[in-house]
Amino acid sequence: MLDAIGVGSLEEIFEAQIPAGVRLQGGLDLPDGLPEQDVYAHLLDLSKKNTSAEDEITFLGAGMYDHYIPAAIDMLLGRSEFLTPYTPYQPEVSQGGLQVMFEYQTAICELTGLDVSNASVYEGPSAVAAAGYLAKLAAPKRPRYLVSAALHPDSRTTLETLSVGYGTDVVEIPLKDGATDLDALKALLDEHGDEVSAVIFQQPNFLGAIEDVQAISDLAHAQGALSICQADPIALGVLEAPGNQGVDVCVGEGQALGNRLDFGGPSFGFFAATNAHVRRMPGRIAGETADADGRRGFVLTLQTREQHIRREKATSNICTSQALNALAGVVYLTWLGRDGLVELGELLVQRTHYARQTLTAIDGVTALHDQPVVREFAIQLPADVEVSEVVSLAQDRGVNPGFDLGRVREDWKGGLLVALTEQRSKSDIDTLASVLAESITAARNGERSPLSASVRQEVAA
Amino acid sequence: MADASYPDELLYHPDHDWAKVEGDVATFGITWFAQDALGEVVFFDPPAVGTTVTKDESYAEVESVKAVSDVIAPLSGEIVEVNDALGDAPEAINDDPYEAGWMVKVRLSDPSEVGQLLDQSAYVTSLD
Amino acid sequence: MSAVDDTILAYDRPPADASALTPMQREHAVTIFEKGQAGRRAFVAPKLDVPEVEGLIPAKAKRAEPARLPSVTEPELVRHYVRLSRRNFDLDSGFYPLGSCTMKHNPRLHERVTALSGHARLHPLQDPARAQGALELMYNLERALGEVAGLPHVCLQPSAGSHGELAGVLVTRAYHEARGEHRTKVLAPDTAHGTNPATVTMAGYEVVPVKTSPDGGVDVEDLRAKADDQVACLMLTNPNTLGVFDPNIEEIAKIVHGIGATLYYDGANLNAVMGVSRPGDMGFDIVHYNLHKSFTQPHGGGGPGSGPIAVSDRIAPYLPVPVIQKLADGTFDLTSTPAEGPGSKSIGKLRGFQGNYGCFVRSYAYICSLGGPGLQDASETAVLNANYLLARLQELVGDQLPLAFGEKCMHEFVLSGTAMKRDVGIRILDLAKRLLDHGFHPPTVYFPLLVDEALLIEPTETETKETLDAFAEAVADIIREAQGDPTIAQNAPYTTPVRRLDEARAAKRPVLRQPLA
Repeated sequence: MLDAIGVGSLEEIFEAQIPAGVRLQGGLDLPDGLPEQDVYAHLLDLSKKNTSAEDEITFLGAGMYDHYIPAAIDMLLGRSEFLTPYTPYQPEVSQGGLQVMFEYQTAICELTGLDVSNASVYEGPSAVAAAGYLAKLAAPKRPRYLVSAALHPDSRTTLETLSVGYGTDVVEIPLKDGATDLDALKALLDEHGDEVSAVIFQQPNFLGAIEDVQAISDLAHAQGALSICQADPIALGVLEAPGNQGVDVCVGEGQALGNRLDFGGPSFGFFAATNAHVRRMPGRIAGETADADGRRGFVLTLQTREQHIRREKATSNICTSQALNALAGVVYLTWLGRDGLVELGELLVQRTHYARQTLTAIDGVTALHDQPVVREFAIQLPADVEVSEVVSLAQDRGVNPGFDLGRVREDWKGGLLVALTEQRSKSDIDTLASVLAESITAARNGERSPLSASVRQEVAA
Repeated sequence: MADASYPDELLYHPDHDWAKVEGDVATFGITWFAQDALGEVVFFDPPAVGTTVTKDESYAEVESVKAVSDVIAPLSGEIVEVNDALGDAPEAINDDPYEAGWMVKVRLSDPSEVGQLLDQSAYVTSLD
Repeated sequence: MSAVDDTILAYDRPPADASALTPMQREHAVTIFEKGQAGRRAFVAPKLDVPEVEGLIPAKAKRAEPARLPSVTEPELVRHYVRLSRRNFDLDSGFYPLGSCTMKHNPRLHERVTALSGHARLHPLQDPARAQGALELMYNLERALGEVAGLPHVCLQPSAGSHGELAGVLVTRAYHEARGEHRTKVLAPDTAHGTNPATVTMAGYEVVPVKTSPDGGVDVEDLRAKADDQVACLMLTNPNTLGVFDPNIEEIAKIVHGIGATLYYDGANLNAVMGVSRPGDMGFDIVHYNLHKSFTQPHGGGGPGSGPIAVSDRIAPYLPVPVIQKLADGTFDLTSTPAEGPGSKSIGKLRGFQGNYGCFVRSYAYICSLGGPGLQDASETAVLNANYLLARLQELVGDQLPLAFGEKCMHEFVLSGTAMKRDVGIRILDLAKRLLDHGFHPPTVYFPLLVDEALLIEPTETETKETLDAFAEAVADIIREAQGDPTIAQNAPYTTPVRRLDEARAAKRPVLRQPLA
């Protein structure tokens, strides 16, 4: 090969191109490589140092959920034809991936009740930020978002982080008994008027409560602002489609649809909007067309929105979708089917209600709010125990009771967010109730988990 | 697609736009050269009636599958009419750039600008 | 089965010459929404095991009509998607020299270890004390990536290269603002990928293009003229999208640092220089990696990706949170409020949780497998392969497809098809489409924009000499064939599941979802 190139050594190629001053001498300071079996053993060892949803009965949710993933998804995602191609730049040899995108877009439109979906974006919170950017493009002279206090904290922070760059700020809408306070929203809209480009909220919200989507949308529209909703796609099996309740842009975290927890990613974010915003959408969009022989086919379309064509005027800098994760999403929705999505939602509603009743029957435990919920709810633990201690003690007993709300907001201190999936049965809920009661008592008696934050801090010190 | 043509009765802007001046109203569009360079037009985003346009500045965008191009106003004024038919049939910009493919009509704010445009032969010379 | 067949027939248009068609071409695309029948299902819901209570969802919130999802059995579902998969070209079945995308082999070990339940079913909000393996892995990956870049601090959070760019420009903004400077511009070469200027706008800056010199690098005089105290950053890809390692990189770094701006490294082409040259040593302050390129995350048909960033000490305080810390007792913690060091003056978060951990597991396994010497070997082989393929193509078709810049290349190179278009009468697009009939995925076409009829070829270290030879010969065959009859290439491909698609129709009258009754 060197002869064909016309050099005596590989080094000559590098010498001719890279200035000597920036060549790395002596190689990288990294260990030597390992054979496959040793790498496997190392990664297995690391995996065993984690407590996964397989190792405990978990009620942890707060944005990602331990749903069962059908075996067909593993098989399909493992097929090299889905796993190893790149973005469908050559549609003639990418019809599989493009048709999947088209089917995915159809499923998301159905779920959200909106006209148009893109082929997915990175994940949930950044999808919220992308929706904010769409609102900014739609109304460049409105430099403010009104954001519900019960929007996912990661969505809120992501929105704030990104909007600093283009100069939009965020004003919080307070809650009333766990749901967005409509009177406060109206007052804020009156106060900020035509400075508000969008009202951004979550359905069900971060505390699990069902929001009055229509009322929020109506208030937003009355001031010329967009209604942007982050939704839990599983809950949309039983909740009205946001697009039917005035929402202009509906986004959300797609993990619950057939994607693994994976310690937070990769998953996908879905992004759907009314037709009015199709040319402001970020990301890839597949569309139907025909080939030279009139055969039905699919291509990436409306590409003039995108960075590779419009460059600094693009609707987003995003280059690809989360194609493989979105495939899992559409396969999961197909696996559930029209009836299954509803049945799953109804089961969750019933079990969640049972869990809420059962946990709030524990002495000293109360509901953090009384709003209707679908699959997640918030409770208040007794004031004389630390939630983090109780959670850790419960985990020592094999149950992860949920998310310590004090981790994200001072005024939610004492709160615990409990999530259900179809993998948590009545018997699991009963176990949760007894372990939670026992752990509260243990915490009260001064018992501490060796893994609790307080003990670890002492050890570290 | 139509053959190359540059009607005598039109005035031209060096950025490949034409204007047809009738009294204080002018019709704007893009030339055969511009539509040929762009390829098959798939979308035209017209400005709203009532918008002010300024000579030499962009007043709209026209898109092919893989390109976006600003449309430059050959003269200044206020838009009094837009060609709504292009919404459903943007291909008229390719097929018939000077008639069915017209884009907007503008009430001129400074008719003296007309003198700065090129006539047919000057524009055609500029293409070489 | 009659109902299913009826739906297929509704879309069927008989081909002109049925005998000439492959089975796949004969099969018309039918979406999953056009299959199935009411009542069919794959999913069986768990039994309701709690007392049923009516009216838990208020009437005004309750869904009136179910989403019209398909109703199919598992066999229908599996067959549909398996058949769809066969309508894709993929890296495992053929050469995929897509320039700037680094389509290198994806070892299957990575899929196996990522699927281990301790990784795959680990909840992102698990107590860090019970996610020590994940944090250790991320910590080790940060150190390894930092070593490759030659920069001390790494944040794994960004979800893709474009996301990493946004992180990089936002930390630049925070760095300048913290010093009381409100700069307004970001410089990027005219060869830059479109995502650079798009990112700059989203971060609230104006992008100013810098010219390319005849040798393919940054035009240093143009840079000097545009470098003023309003410039926040210069974004560079090195080697750049022309496959050229900038010969003046040290001078460029001096100019950029001289005006107090940061130098940003777009890691799209890092696969050329791992263990060979480090961005940190070149003077870059911020680097983004594409784990899906250099560190072999499978591309998934267009995602997921992962775009960590590395930064110098002065930028580290602004990194996104949470950050991973190694404690004195050897355990790991995750904190969003570090008192000092990385993340202590954080810009915030760019997404939920910690990033695409599943990608981290794969890239970490890759680094463990190759080690330091193996990563260097990968880059050296990638450069060798590119230069070999370049030499072969120049030998066979150099008249029609000359190299656009320079004489040698790094890990990829750009040919120009201007002469081929003029002399043979086919465009780069035609060549690309005809390559499909030869069983190759075409290289990147019409990018970079600076080169007329550009063909950007990146073979990667994965490929053997035999594959490279076969590809070069296929290109030569196509040009020879076109010299006889250009219409063959102009109408290609012929053997793919569909032929050239009408993209104008798709854009003009968008059909973006399956219409449902």
